[in-house]
This record gives sequence, structure tokens and C-alpha cells, in this order.
Amino acid sequence: MHIHKFERFWIKLSFGLIAFFIASVIYGFVSMDLKVVGDYQTIDPQNLGETEFAKTGVREVTKNGQTEYEVYVKTMQFAFQPGTASPIVVPANTRVTFYITSPDVLHGFDLAGTNINTMAIPGQVAKLTTIFPEPREYGIVCNEYCGPAHHIMEGKVKVVPKSEFDKSNLVQ
Amino acid sequence: MTFIHKYPKAAKVSKANFIVAFIALAIGGFFGFIQALHRTDVFRGFVNSGEYYTLLTGHGVLLALIFTTFFIAGLFVWGVTRSLDREPENMAYTWSWFWLMVIGTVMAAFTILGGLVPDSSIRAAVLYTFYPPLQAHPAFYIGLAMVVVGSWMAAADWFWSYSKWRDDNPTERIPILSFMTLFTMLMWYVCTIGLAIEVVGLLIPWSLGWVVEIEPLLPRTLFWFFGHAVVYFWLLPAYYVWYAILPKLSGGRLFSDSMTRIVFIIFLLLSTPVGYHHQYADAGISVGFKFYAMATTMMLLLPSLMTLFTVIASMEHGAKQRGGKGYFAWISKLPWNNPAFVGCALAGIMFAAGGFSGMINAGMNINLLIHNTIWIPGHFHLTVGTAVALTFMAVTYWLLPQLTGRKLKFKTLALIQPYSWFLGMTLMSNAMHRAGLAGVPRRTAEPEFNTNAMNFEPIFGTMSEMKWQIAIGGTILLISLILFLWVVISSWMAGQKSEKPVDDHIPEPLSGVEHTPAILDNMKLWFALALILVVLAYSFPLWEMIQDGIFSPGALPRPS
Repeated sequence: MHIHKFERFWIKLSFGLIAFFIASVIYGFVSMDLKVVGDYQTIDPQNLGETEFAKTGVREVTKNGQTEYEVYVKTMQFAFQPGTASPIVVPANTRVTFYITSPDVLHGFDLAGTNINTMAIPGQVAKLTTIFPEPREYGIVCNEYCGPAHHIMEGKVKVVPKSEFDKSNLVQ
Repeated sequence: MTFIHKYPKAAKVSKANFIVAFIALAIGGFFGFIQALHRTDVFRGFVNSGEYYTLLTGHGVLLALIFTTFFIAGLFVWGVTRSLDREPENMAYTWSWFWLMVIGTVMAAFTILGGLVPDSSIRAAVLYTFYPPLQAHPAFYIGLAMVVVGSWMAAADWFWSYSKWRDDNPTERIPILSFMTLFTMLMWYVCTIGLAIEVVGLLIPWSLGWVVEIEPLLPRTLFWFFGHAVVYFWLLPAYYVWYAILPKLSGGRLFSDSMTRIVFIIFLLLSTPVGYHHQYADAGISVGFKFYAMATTMMLLLPSLMTLFTVIASMEHGAKQRGGKGYFAWISKLPWNNPAFVGCALAGIMFAAGGFSGMINAGMNINLLIHNTIWIPGHFHLTVGTAVALTFMAVTYWLLPQLTGRKLKFKTLALIQPYSWFLGMTLMSNAMHRAGLAGVPRRTAEPEFNTNAMNFEPIFGTMSEMKWQIAIGGTILLISLILFLWVVISSWMAGQKSEKPVDDHIPEPLSGVEHTPAILDNMKLWFALALILVVLAYSFPLWEMIQDGIFSPGALPRPS
């Protein structure tokens, strides 16, 4: 087969580019802890009352001697619970793990402008961990179409300084 | 003598397909214009925000599924007939697939438009991805299934022509136009397996109420089995135009026959196993499978980069035939006053830009920053909305005279059209990309925060400037669309009749078929390999999903 020398060169360059892109994703995974959600747990979406999601909200846990927080969120037509009626309040500089599921249809859970962004799928629990570096507020957007009032579905995450974090609202 | 004089029957089929395609383009494009004004809050008088999703569904289905499928069918009927030098084998069969697709289209469109009638029970505001448990009227799913079955029959029609031609020409190589058609349709057969299982096996029985519960993740996964390859089903016919016709329009010849074939083979092999890259943010799929899909997706850069090389090399050759010189100066010698060339060339430039944002989408962890934000429609308005749609419009200026025997009218308007599409899309899509980086979501009637007094924080530019670029860009696109339809309708109805309304000769490639290894034409081999790669990518995760029952963990249907 005849391949022009310029085209040969171009194909080699293309392979180099592809290798670079794949390497950049792996580098993010390994060195920067930029992970994606995986296969965590299936759940019966019609009986969330009998699961951890019966009590949504922020919980304190101790892992490896460190205080961490777990946030259980239900995404529903057309609100985040918690998040919409009252903000999700978490401390800065602490590991926070979100567990998210939906009792009805697909939704999105996106902290606008960040990489905290996952689908909420009935029957599946999305688990993602982050550390918010500094106190600020983030808007939560539902970014998957979920029905005629989809556009009103929004919420808020409030990151407060560790010293000001009020533990009286925690879920036991 | 041009196409219609040599093959009057095939010309009629092509034209019928183009008519449906352009009606879908007109309605779907108009819906897009309304959406651009509505979601930017520039003008909300057409519909209320609840009805917005009906228009959004219409926009997606009519443009992404109907316009493309019918245009591709018309284009391929032209190419197969011409390159094999034979009319379709049986006209009753050919018309039966056309009418099956038309009836399916009308059914789906009817259920979607039902959403605009107050209190109608016939609704299908489920968007073109129709994820359950949001449920549409059964006629929506049945209509779409009929379109897909019609497209399978169309592909079979072209394989039939090919096998008859092969009987008469046992030693000839597959002509390049037919080669590209057949490999595109082989890819289409592979990827539509997922869609057929989803729609016929799950959604139709569920929408008819035969089963009540449905597991949302399984149909979503089957949809994306199909859903990324469908992108290549739109794109490969644009590549077909860039490989076979664009070099001729630039005054030159295709660079390499064998590289063309290799590119189409790679697309057949890799288009389907990449589907999980639309599910990077889904729980319920292991990171390992997502990683496999990511690596495969990155490999798909190769055939697109090779296409970039061939397109530019062919254009440079064309420009040098026209007296062009130097490293870059030759660009000015290209026929920038020929609407068919200009449309294809601008579409190619936009595709390069869309390719760059696509690389971000493919990067599994970087993707989370823009997943389901308006960046994504910004990306695919460059790829399908420009690379594909503008190429189709541009090649229409060259094909229509061949199919009607009439010269193109209003050449100046036809020339303004691709430039204005390019301008409108530049405004709209750059703003969509940047707004997406700030977290502005896609698929929504009102992206602003309403109750929490929050704001999106753009990294570059201001929210109001992006909003106006989207609204103005969308308006320019509507004007460009009207220009296109005006030129097409007037040429079709009243263009000057001529024996040779356009120069339809396609020259031989620079590096011809004599350099092309025979194994590249072995369709059975490549089809089998494509199936194996799909089984490797999908069998285990799908098995994991159905182990606890096909409809479990089940969710209840919700009205759309």
C-alpha cells in the first residue's frame, strides 16, 4: 500500500496526541484524585424509606481517625432534599462524601462550575467524595431534563469555616 | 446528460427523501430559533416554559433523527446508483422503505406536537434521548421503530444493488462511493441493535402498559450503545462528501483511495464500543468499562485526524491546479465564490473546532466539568449542526441540479447562506461552550437560578454577553435556513432546464485503487471484527445490569 510520507508523519503525530490525551486522564486519576463515579450500590427506588435515604441530610462519621461527613441527597421532581428547601451545610477543608439517588426519574446533581457533577438514576446510588477548599456558596443545578417544571429544580450548598460549623443540624 | 436523464427512477427516490428531509429541517430549525430566544429570556411569547420541552423534543427528533436519516438515504441512493451504474433492483421495494419511514416520522411528529394542545393525552416531551421512566405515547416509540426498520431496508436495498453488480463484475474493486455507503450502513446495522432491543424489547411493551415498572439504567445504556454511533451515522455521509466531492469542488482530486477506505473501516470497528463515554457520570457502571470506552473514543481521533489531512491535502492540490502557490497563499485560490465548495470548507473548519471540544468531552475526568452543561449542545452544534448539516446543505447546491435537470437559481443568496450559517454558529456556539464552563445546564427552558439568588460565574466574558450571542446567533441561523430553503425551492420549481446543469464529473484519486490492498474490501471480515469489539465492550456490563431481572430495580412511569 502506498502512503505518502507526509501522511505517515501525520499518522504518527496523531498516535502521539492520542497517547498524550489518555495519559492526561490517567494522570488526573492517579496524581490529582480526579475520579468518576462507579458501580456503588443498587437500591429499590420505590422503597427508599427502608434505606439510608429514609433520613436525608448531613451525617458525621469517623474514618481512619478523621472526622468526615456523609451527605444523603434525594433528587425528586422538582427539588433536592436537602438542598432546595434548606441549603446543604458542610465545613471547609474536610472530606465530604455525597450519596445521591432518585425515587422517580433521572435528574442531575451539579454544583455549577465545579466537577461535582453526577447523574441521579432511580435504582442506583451515586457516591462521590470531595474536599471544599474554602468557605463559599455553590448553586446546585438539575442538569438532566426531568419533566415540565425541570427548570425550577435548583438548590444550594453552603461551605462554612470549620470553626463555624453547627453540628446541631446533623442527622444521627 | 446528468443523473436524472440516466437514472430517472433513482432520481425520483432521492428527491422524495430530500423533500422529507427539508420539511423536517424547516420545522426543526424554526423550533431551534424559538428555543434560542426563549431560554435566553430575549422573547418568551411563543410558548410557556412547560411547552418548551415539546419544542426541544421536536427540534432534536426532527433534525438529529429525521432530517439526517432522510437526507442520507437520498444521498446514498444517488451515490450507489451512480457508482454501480444501475437503477434500484425493484422499485416497489425501494418505495416501500421510503413510505415506511415517512409513516413512522408522521406518527412520531404527531405525538410530539400533541404536547402543544392543552390537556392532550398524546404527548412525547421526552427529548430525542427518551430516557424512561419519563413516558411518551406508544405511537412515538412505534413511529421511531418504523423509521429505523425503514433505514435497515434501505441499507439492504444498497447491498442488493451491490451483490447484483458483483455478479456482473466479479473482479472489480468496490467503487469508492459504494464502499463508503456500504461501510456506513454496516456500522448502522451494528449500532441499531442496541436501539432495537431498547425500543422493541423494553419501551414499546412498557408504554402499552404490558409491564408497569422499568429499570432506568438498562434502556439508557442501550440507548447509548446506539447513541454515539448515530453521531457517526450522521458524520460519515459528510465525510463521504468531503472525500468524494469536496476535492472535485476545489478543482483537484482525492488524495488517497486506500486511506479513505481505512478511515471508514476504523469507524465501522470503533463507533459502537465507545457508548459508555456518554455515561461517565452514571452510577451503576464500573470505572473500568468507562476507561475502556475512553481509550476507544480517543482512538477514534485517528480517523478524524486522517480525514483532516486528506481534506486539506486534496484542497491544496485543487488550489495548486488553479495556480495557487506557497505554504498558505494557495488558500486564496480556492473557489470561495462557489456555494457548494464554501459550505463544505466552512463545515470542515467548524468540525475541527468541534473536534477540540469533543476531546474535552472524551477525557473521562475532565468531562465532569462540562457534563450535561450547555457546552455539550455547543459542541454538537459544531459537529452535527454545522459539519453535517452545512455539508448537506452545501452538497445540495451541487446535487439538486443533477436530480432535477435544472440550474441553480439565486447564486448570490446561495453563496451568502453558508457564510451566514458559519457566522451564526460561531456566535452561538462559542457562547454555549463558555456558558457551559460556568455550569449553565443544557435541556432547560430557564437556566437562571430563580429562587436562591445564586449566579453562574463565567470564567471568561459575562453572562449577558453570552445570552445575546446565543439569541443573535440563533436568529442568523434561522435567516440562513430560510435562504437555503428559498434557493432550493425556487431552483427546484423554476430553475432553467438544461442537459448539463452542473459539472458532475468526479475525477480519479491521486493515489488510486491500484495501490489499495484487497483485504480492505473484505466486508465480512470487518463486520465480524466490529461485532466482536461490541461484545467485548458490552456483554459483561449488560449482563451485570440484567442479572437481578430485566425490569428491576423498577421505577414507575411518569408523564412527560
